[in-house]
Amino acid sequence: MSHSDAKNIMVYVETVSDTPLNGGLEILTKAHKLAAARGEEVIAVLIGSNLEHAANTAIMAGADKVILVTKDNYEMEVYEAILTRLAEKYKPSLILSAGTLVGKDILPLVAGNLTTGCAVDVMEITDKDGNFVFTCPVYGGTVLNDLVIKGTPAVAAVRSGAFEKELVVERTGEIIKEQVGVENTVRAKIVEVVNEMAETVNLEEAQVIVSGGRGMGNKENFRLVEELALACHGVVGATRPAIEAEWVPRSHQVGQSGKIVAPKLYIACGISGATQHVSGMIGSGYIVAVNKDEDAPIFDIADVGIVGDVVKVVPLLIEEIKKIQSL
Amino acid sequence: MKILVCIKQVPDSNKVEVDPVTGVLKRDGAASKMNPYDLYAIETALRIKEKTGGMVDVISMGPPQAMQVIKEAFSMGADHGTLLSDRRFGGADVLATSYTLAQGIKSMGEYDLILCGKQTTDGDTAQVGPEIAEWLNLPSVSNVVSIRMFEEDGITVDMDLPDEVEVAKVKFPCLLAVDKDIFQPRLPSYVKKTETKDRKIQILTLDDMTDQDELNYGLNGSPTQVQKIFPPETNDKKEIWNGSGDMLAKKLFDKVEELKFV
Ligand SMILES: Cc1cc2nc3c(=O)[nH]c(=O)nc-3n(C[C@H](O)[C@H](O)[C@H](O)COP(=O)(O)OP(=O)(O)OC[C@H]3O[C@@H](n4cnc5c(N)ncnc54)[C@H](O)[C@@H]3O)c2cc1C
Ligand SMILES: Cc1cc2nc3c(=O)[nH]c(=O)nc-3n(C[C@H](O)[C@H](O)[C@H](O)COP(=O)(O)OP(=O)(O)OC[C@H]3O[C@@H](n4cnc5c(N)ncnc54)[C@H](O)[C@@H]3O)c2cc1C
Repeated sequence: MSHSDAKNIMVYVETVSDTPLNGGLEILTKAHKLAAARGEEVIAVLIGSNLEHAANTAIMAGADKVILVTKDNYEMEVYEAILTRLAEKYKPSLILSAGTLVGKDILPLVAGNLTTGCAVDVMEITDKDGNFVFTCPVYGGTVLNDLVIKGTPAVAAVRSGAFEKELVVERTGEIIKEQVGVENTVRAKIVEVVNEMAETVNLEEAQVIVSGGRGMGNKENFRLVEELALACHGVVGATRPAIEAEWVPRSHQVGQSGKIVAPKLYIACGISGATQHVSGMIGSGYIVAVNKDEDAPIFDIADVGIVGDVVKVVPLLIEEIKKIQSL
Repeated sequence: MKILVCIKQVPDSNKVEVDPVTGVLKRDGAASKMNPYDLYAIETALRIKEKTGGMVDVISMGPPQAMQVIKEAFSMGADHGTLLSDRRFGGADVLATSYTLAQGIKSMGEYDLILCGKQTTDGDTAQVGPEIAEWLNLPSVSNVVSIRMFEEDGITVDMDLPDEVEVAKVKFPCLLAVDKDIFQPRLPSYVKKTETKDRKIQILTLDDMTDQDELNYGLNGSPTQVQKIFPPETNDKKEIWNGSGDMLAKKLFDKVEELKFV
């Protein structure tokens, strides 16, 4: 694709049960600002069924155009082909998506199809001299990296919580239904979809997360984490050792091989602060850590560090919060 | 069954610092190791070989010292190793890395199954596997957490998605990127290490590739370019609280309330 005719920002907005995920909406708001500054448009792409309502939300978040493509199940190769075709047709200069598992799955393939580069884990996008510059944390956030992409379009997967969502009810936009034929592209056949988790845990969208680590000691004590989360109207997170000990299901894992989260408040209880964990929660707004070891690395990134025994501190916290809430 | 596993050498520690003046990355020593996720890929390959027979080869792209990880793969049980090493491969991003690996794989012959780790602990883009598959025009499945069924002509696997697991069936040849915990990786065996001490590692350079155009490799072939590397703003507003439990709890609650989180 040539540079000259590429303009506008295309955003793939992932939906779950016909509802757009926050990650995509946050990106739309950011894209709106970037595009407006260039006098260009934001084109949202939604794939699924019954998406009219979601399309309106996308417009409120910043989309000028919303492209709806009807498809039932998620199939990587189909989604990838759809986005590639749409990119070829609409010729955006930038393609964005939230860096969820799905986003990370399909974006690199779309980039590969268009022979261009893809930045992942992007936490900031700036427009410098007509180039988009992507800031990404590397080595678990110990270092930041500014990337530019020479190819067109630039493709980037954005880390959840990087941008703030703003829904403006008055905003208007155009909804376009596209038929994208992608016969015979599917080589990996989905034979079955298993909803293995009884509860769905939406860590990525949570405002408050209370996480527990090995320092919680045992399954009974881990209940304290759950209680505290409940009291703060938050969601339970965990480190890998807590999951391996089966104190809590795998869907709660935060970190490199778990979920990347960015709540406003993150309370880490009995967590040492290993890079693999920290890289998943470093984007949190305010980090509170409770650890008995004052040299624990978690304190390096915490806004407030409480040096103390979780088994003593956490129940007091719960009690205090409950007391104040009942006033 | 011919299986190829892609393995990468990564720094042993993620403790890095940026020189504030030059902006150059200072790595804590030069110690390096095999990308932990690739151990799961090797283990998966070895388990399949134990069932069906055949062979397990490994391939890595990197500087000459990356031979270490190939040797480690030998001591786990891999049969042959190839290293793609050439100064002209340096500075590669995902596109150039996957292209180079795909070129290398083409020159090595046909494989029924190519295995990758899900991601690395340094670049951590989780993109290389799926892109190799694109270059080789193979079906691929990422986030593979377990193998359901192994048949003559294909494999059925569980793919981990955020709130569900999809069961995918793919025909050989194909590429799978495996998640941790698919199988517990075995430790390298001392006996195998001694046995394979002198085993030759095939080294391929740009001259061995079908595509000889330098512009498609390394920094030249990389649309993604690092402009600068810098340390994040440090958190200097940090507070550390010591003291008795109830005081701390109260203080924390006040703080949290002040910031309107609850
Ligand atoms: C490839 C790979 C991927 C990984 N992915 C992830 C991931 O996604 N998420 C993840 O979390 N980990 C991941 N890990 C594991 C990671 O490296 C760490 O091992 C893990 O995060 C440590 O968990 P922890 O903090 O609960 O345990 P520990 O490191 O054992 O820390 C426990 C902490 O609790 C404190 N403590 C103990 N008792 C008390 C008490 N009574 N009161 C207060 N504090 C107490 C201790 O001082 C200590 O700091 C991964 C590892 C690898 C190799
Ligand atoms: C800190 C840092 C940040 C970076 N950010 C970006 C970025 O945003 N965009 C971008 O395009 N590039 C980026 N790069 C460059 C990119 O990491 C390298 O191009 C690297 O070769 C590609 O992979 P990865 O480490 O991300 O691998 P992943 O895609 O995470 O690795 C997945 C699997 O692919 C296989 N594999 C990967 N590399 C090799 C290899 N050299 N030899 C054999 N098998 C391999 C392994 O099986 C591995 O488990 C970054 C590099 C660094 C060090």
